[in-house]
Amino acid sequence: MEYYLNLAVKAIFVENIALAFFLGMCSFLAVSKRVSTAIGLGLAVIFVLSVTVPLNNLVYVYALKPGALAWVSPALATKDLSFLGFLTFIGTIAALTQIVEMTLDRFAPALYAALGIFLPLIAVNCAILGASLWMMERNYNLAESAVFGFGSGVGWALAIVALAGIRERLRYSNPPEGLRGLGLTFIIVGLMAIGFMAFAGVQL
Amino acid sequence: MSKSREALIDPLFNNNPIALQILGICSALAVTTKMDTALVMSAAVIFVLLFSNLFISVLRNQIPTSIRIIVQLVIIASLVIVVDEVLKAYLFDISKQLSVFVGLIITNCIIMGRAEAYAMQNPPGMSMIDGLGNGLGYGVILAGTAVLRELFGSGSLFSVQLLPLVSEGGWYTPNGLMVLSPGAFFIIGFFIWGIRTWKPEQVEQD
Repeated sequence: MEYYLNLAVKAIFVENIALAFFLGMCSFLAVSKRVSTAIGLGLAVIFVLSVTVPLNNLVYVYALKPGALAWVSPALATKDLSFLGFLTFIGTIAALTQIVEMTLDRFAPALYAALGIFLPLIAVNCAILGASLWMMERNYNLAESAVFGFGSGVGWALAIVALAGIRERLRYSNPPEGLRGLGLTFIIVGLMAIGFMAFAGVQL
Repeated sequence: MSKSREALIDPLFNNNPIALQILGICSALAVTTKMDTALVMSAAVIFVLLFSNLFISVLRNQIPTSIRIIVQLVIIASLVIVVDEVLKAYLFDISKQLSVFVGLIITNCIIMGRAEAYAMQNPPGMSMIDGLGNGLGYGVILAGTAVLRELFGSGSLFSVQLLPLVSEGGWYTPNGLMVLSPGAFFIIGFFIWGIRTWKPEQVEQD
């Protein structure tokens, strides 16, 4: 139990996927102008990450890993399909976001209206694919990857909401012309990354 | 001729994918601690961008609009698998250092963005030139950031020690901030400031 809690804390704070690994930066910078939209996108990312990472873990363990096909027939035990990882992971993610979108549309219209436009965007958010690839790289098992997916999502959401809060305030400031918008945002994200570095080494 | 020159030159500074279009930033920040990783990454992105634009442009009249994202992703992912296998075979050390970021070329927004914005509407030849131009624009920022980060962060370029470090008896104290993630954000932020001071028409009004 403690181990999983530790893994989650590490994914949320110490190795925040947005601020330490720069994943999902495009939407991180583009959709952080208002807190309300940032919260919507953050929730969608948490949700999609907590589902796709364990799902991709199952796909990897039972279909792609060297020797993973042994359960189909012993003759396939020597096959190594891990080079297909990129293609299958992105396929799973794209298909899943599509399914989620349709399900929400049918059964939870209010949530769909809130997340609607962000769901298709998520399929190409590098944070989602990145988390699946880290999972493969670090050889997580199913439980670990579920915790890791959820934790990464929370970390990303936390970072984007915090950034949006700062950017809303910035509207009242008067930075040099060339720095307005993107330039200043980068510098703020840099300062936030320094803040998050204070968590380095935290362990439960 | 002038139109294709424009498609090639324009993304370098006037319409830079990283500095103006906010595309493909993730990998730009993560792989720039060293020159060699940055250059290999740029080469990989240029290759994928060139051919994804070509293939998508060739197929643009056959792809049904409703499933175009998936089709584009499959084309891009296949190209990235090729790049990844080649890197693993010939540049194993660098491929280990780039780790997941080679795979993340698939979701690099430059590639999807150019496929959507350019290759879906333009003929193959022009699309390839557009891909090359945008790839180079990406490479310029990557190389610039990596020069600063490697030179000031570890006193070397291409792993050749230029500034002798204090720990090895020299005079240069490396700036640790440069190799950490915040340094990357600051450098790109200042790059954008520089480009926009040079070309004031890019300043955001808001």
